[in-house]
Parts: sequence; structure tokens; C-alpha cells
Amino acid sequence: MGLLGLVIPMEGGEAEDSHWPPGVHSFDGRPLFPGAGVDWINNHLFQAVLGAVIVIGVWIWLANGHKLVPGKKQFAGEQIYNVLRNGIARDILGHEYRKFLPYLVALFSFILVNNLFGQFFLLMFPTFSKVGYAYALAMLTFILYNAAGIAKWGVFGYLKRMTLPEGVPPALWVIIIPLEFASNFIVRPITLALRLFANLFAGHLVVVVFVMGGALLLEQASIGYKLAGGVALLMSGAIFALEIFVAVLQAYIFTVLSAQYIASSIAEEH
Amino acid sequence: MLPSLAGEIPLIPAIPELIAGFVLFLIVWYAIAKFVVPKFEETYAERTAVIQGGIERAEKAQADAATALNDYNAQLATAREEAARIREEAKSQGTSILAEMRAQAQEESARLLAHAKAQIEAERSLAVQQLRTEVGGLATTLAGRIVGESLDDDDRARRTVDRFIADLESQAEQASGHKV
Repeated sequence: MGLLGLVIPMEGGEAEDSHWPPGVHSFDGRPLFPGAGVDWINNHLFQAVLGAVIVIGVWIWLANGHKLVPGKKQFAGEQIYNVLRNGIARDILGHEYRKFLPYLVALFSFILVNNLFGQFFLLMFPTFSKVGYAYALAMLTFILYNAAGIAKWGVFGYLKRMTLPEGVPPALWVIIIPLEFASNFIVRPITLALRLFANLFAGHLVVVVFVMGGALLLEQASIGYKLAGGVALLMSGAIFALEIFVAVLQAYIFTVLSAQYIASSIAEEH
Repeated sequence: MLPSLAGEIPLIPAIPELIAGFVLFLIVWYAIAKFVVPKFEETYAERTAVIQGGIERAEKAQADAATALNDYNAQLATAREEAARIREEAKSQGTSILAEMRAQAQEESARLLAHAKAQIEAERSLAVQQLRTEVGGLATTLAGRIVGESLDDDDRARRTVDRFIADLESQAEQASGHKV
């Protein structure tokens, strides 16, 4: 039963009427072992694990058998790797990029693969539309950039740098310090998580509306409804294309912002 | 209460998801850091080293070629100088040899001349010696004859002398012809 739940991309509960209208319940997980007391082992966890396995497997596959003159596989791997290494890590972090490069590579790949699950026909669900996964990555970035800053400047040196930009007149400290603190320590991780989550949540919801709504309309007797349903299903193709773009974009943005936050923590100047 | 709340409000995370996301990403991070990034960086480093090595080798070869060319040119210049020097030497040597030869020839000719002169002198003195001896004898003979006949006839005496001189001359001719 558990495996059947995996391969049939059904949303929500079992009853037909619970599918419509789409809502928060469209994002409910299906336990793989119902009634076994391990309801947290659901299809979302499964696809998150699958995503991790794919990311690790593909990268290791791309990283092995390297030669000085690359073949097709190595060339493709290096193209992707170079975007992350030179385009993001080195451009933003400067000469210290090497330390944080694995984190950024892992981050981009893991988010990208999980986002693309939203368009993958067997799963049809982006993992990060579950906010817990988004929070987890945002927390890691939060821990990482703070740890990097503290390791470089010490606790007080780091706090001072992060809360008080240079050249602020003392009269404004009362305003600036809380603002900077809120911006750097509260707003950053929350926006990071919510941006990723909200984009994928909304994207998935739109896909559900178009696909399921279209199918529902197509089943109606009226010819007008059938026409509208057909148009909706055709439109869903465009929505899929958009969602693939959003999946890549959000993975990229999350990675770039993480790099940016790390860079601001270890930067010499404000 | 949280799970049901998570079901209602999508912003409240389900704790298992949070933990799963955390743990899974740590695993991915570890794997990438351990097995992927070092491999790529290793390849890049090797490639950089090879390219740099190639450039260095090319530069070295170029430098070697330049050194060889310089050496060659220097050698050529030395050889030219040497040749010029040898020519110059030969010229001066030729001149000196010529002068020496001339001096030697002059010396030789002088020596030959002196030798010839000395020989001539010796022969002459020998001839004079012989002549003196003969003239003494002849004079005595002549005197005897003159004394023997002068009393009779002056004319005869004169003829005798003439004859004597003619004899003398023929004798001298005979002597010189004998000598030669």
C-alpha cells in the first residue's frame, strides 16, 4: 500500500470531493506505512531522501573519471560546477570562496532537484512547498553565516559589525542597532525560507488548479465547460514551463543569497 | 497540537520535516564536500599546473634557443677574429720571411763574391810567385846571353832581346793556355 501511494500522484485524501477545491490539504503527505505509528515517514520524506540520493549520486558520477582534457560527461559537469564555483561562490565570496563552495554546490543541487520534483510526472510535488524543509535549509544558512562571522571576528566583533554600520552618528544608534539586528538576524533567515516555500507552494497550487480543475471541467456535461477544461489543460503546459523556470530560479536565488549573507559576515568592510 | 496546526497553516512546520530536511541536507553537504568538490578542484589544479608547466617549458625552450643563438654568434665572431688574426699573422710572417730570404741571399752572394775574390787573389799571388821565379831565371839567362854577345854587336844584342821577349810571350801564352 505504501509503495502504491508513491507511484500514484494523488493529492489529499481518498474521497473524490476532498480533492476539490485545492487548498492546504493538497499539500498533505501520505504516510507510507499507515497505522504503523510512523506517520512521519510519508511520500514527502521519501522524495526528499530520493532527492538527496540523486544529488549525491549524480555529482559523484560527474566528479569521477576526470581527465585533463574533459570528455562530454566531464565537460557538462564542469559547466554546471563552474556556474556555482565561479559565477556564485568566487564572485560573491572572493578569495575565501573555497571553504563555502561545497555548501553552495550542495544547496543549489538539492533545492533544484527537489523543486523539479514538482514537474516530475511520478512525484508531481515540490518538496520545498512543505515549509519544514525550507526552514531547515534557511536555518543551516543562518547557522553557517553566523558561525563564519564569529569565527572570523569573534562574538563581539561580529555583533558590532552586523549591527552597526560604520559612520553612523551615535544619536542614531538607538534606531540603527535594532534595525540592523532585525534585518541581519531575523528577517534574513525568515525571508530566505519563506521565499522558497511560497514560490513553490503557490506554483504547485496553480498547477493543481489548472490540471485538476481542467480535468474536472472536462468531465462536465456542458460543452462550454469541456472547452474551458481543454483550455485549462493546454494552459497547464505553459504553467509547467513557468514552474520549471521558477524551480531553477529559486534554487539559484537561495544559493546566491546564502553566499551573499556569508560574504557580508566575513567582509572586511561594510 | 502542532501536527494538526501544521495541517491547517502551511507556515507552521511539521517537526519531522524540519529534522528530515536538516539531516538530509547535512548528508548532501558532507558528500559534496568530501567526494565531489575536491575531485573537481583537483582536476582544475592539475590542469592549471599542466598549462603553466607547458608555458614554462615553452619559455625555457625559447630561452635555450636564444642562448644557443648567442653562443653560435659569439663563436662565429671569435672564428672570424681568429681568421683575421691568422691572415694578418701570415701576412706579416710572409713579409718577414721575404726579408730574411733576401738578407740570406744577399749574404750568400756576398759570401760567394768574397770567396771568388779570395781565390782570384790566391791564384794571382801564385802566378806572381811563379813569374818571379821564372823571371829571375830568365833574367839570368838573358843577362848571360847579353853579356856573351853584346861585345860583338849591338844590333845582335837588340835582336836577342827581341827574341827573348818573343819567347817569353810564347811561353807565357803556353803557360796561361796550360793553366786554363
